[in-house]
Amino acid sequence: MNKVVKNAGEAVKDIPDNAVLMLGGFGLCGIPENCITALIKKGVKGLTCISNNAGVDEFGIGLMLKTRQVKKMISSYVGENAEFERQLLSGELEVELIPQGTLAERIRAGGAGIPLFATPTGYGTEVAEGKETRQMHGKMYVMEEWLKADFAIVKAWKGDTLGNLVYKGTARNFNPMMATAGKITIAEVEELVEPGQLDPNMIHTPGIYVQRIFKGENYEKRIEQRTVSKS
Amino acid sequence: MPLDKFGIAKRIARELRDGYYVNLGIGIPTLVANYIPEGIDVILQSENGLLGMGPFPVESEVDPDLINAGKQTVTTLKGSSLFSSADSFAMIRGGHVDLTVLGAMEVAENGDIANWKIPGKMVKGMGGAMDLVAATDNIIVAMMQTNPKGESKLLPACTLPITGKGCIDRVVTDLGYYEIKDGAFHLLEIAQGVTVEEIKAKTLGKLVISDNLKVME
Repeated sequence: MNKVVKNAGEAVKDIPDNAVLMLGGFGLCGIPENCITALIKKGVKGLTCISNNAGVDEFGIGLMLKTRQVKKMISSYVGENAEFERQLLSGELEVELIPQGTLAERIRAGGAGIPLFATPTGYGTEVAEGKETRQMHGKMYVMEEWLKADFAIVKAWKGDTLGNLVYKGTARNFNPMMATAGKITIAEVEELVEPGQLDPNMIHTPGIYVQRIFKGENYEKRIEQRTVSKS
Repeated sequence: MPLDKFGIAKRIARELRDGYYVNLGIGIPTLVANYIPEGIDVILQSENGLLGMGPFPVESEVDPDLINAGKQTVTTLKGSSLFSSADSFAMIRGGHVDLTVLGAMEVAENGDIANWKIPGKMVKGMGGAMDLVAATDNIIVAMMQTNPKGESKLLPACTLPITGKGCIDRVVTDLGYYEIKDGAFHLLEIAQGVTVEEIKAKTLGKLVISDNLKVME
């Protein structure tokens, strides 16, 4: 078994135009920086990107918007991005907005083999338009479908060569569910170690979900809102 | 004098109970954390995957891998835990979070809330707001009673696309504390120096003045 690839370029080399991608991260926290750079270099186009946010103008998925590689974004919140706004208003970019918890659960369901589930979120709102609703135990629910991707691209703190992953802090966010929902899951990690060096009790994503792994380089980890206290 | 945003946060903080797990939205709700009453322990939930959210870090502690839902750098505390977004919304949707405080653009007398979209303007998305309002029974809206144009935000029906249906039962504004029930805003407390006439002028929805109307402490 060999899941280790040399770098981001090798990891994304067979991603075709019009692929459906999942990209981990919340804001700029826990995003697969190396793979985003590699996708831009590769110039692949017509992508559908499932990601909680769309980056900022100068970083993250925002960079892929600038190069017009994204056809459609599926996200819960897309503020903080002027180029995004311009493309959306001019009709160059399609956007589907999904409540954050529903987005997380649809991805989880995709990985877990559950095609449909009922959630109270969005009942009676625009989000439920055109969807089946159902009364259960006296409350109204909206039926939501799973989400899957051709390639799920996640970022972890540590990983081993079998694809077991450990995340750090709130950089975990959407990464664990996305790792389960890709036909091919690519993990970039800050530290790549041999099997046995990670405590099995502490694994967040078991290696079964991961097909490709590599050690990323030069993480910038930009901060959107650096907020500090004085003492 | 109407309350300022700090006064609204202070009043809401008095609704906290010992042992509560609480989700605070962006804006005025975030300020509630500064006024947690003495002797009350609450644990703050941040929906991007943190329970036990600590204060902002000092410069040397800043960690880009540790942020809150507003993308601000934060810290953990002794006893904090970290988890995925799916786990986070399981806590929220599953009713494990005791209290949610969030802002709003409009609240209706039937408990509908609108706070995510203004048609014709740039739509940024609902983030976690729809999940939060659909899930918790205990939600407090923190907001100014009028918009920048001076128009009431307490309405007979929401004019903006709603975030949730019939889910709000308490609102604290710069003018008063309201409970929503039986299709009306029931004014239970009035801010010091504010008159009932002003409340009436700034409430477009159905208003009931409580027989036990108190002046807010």
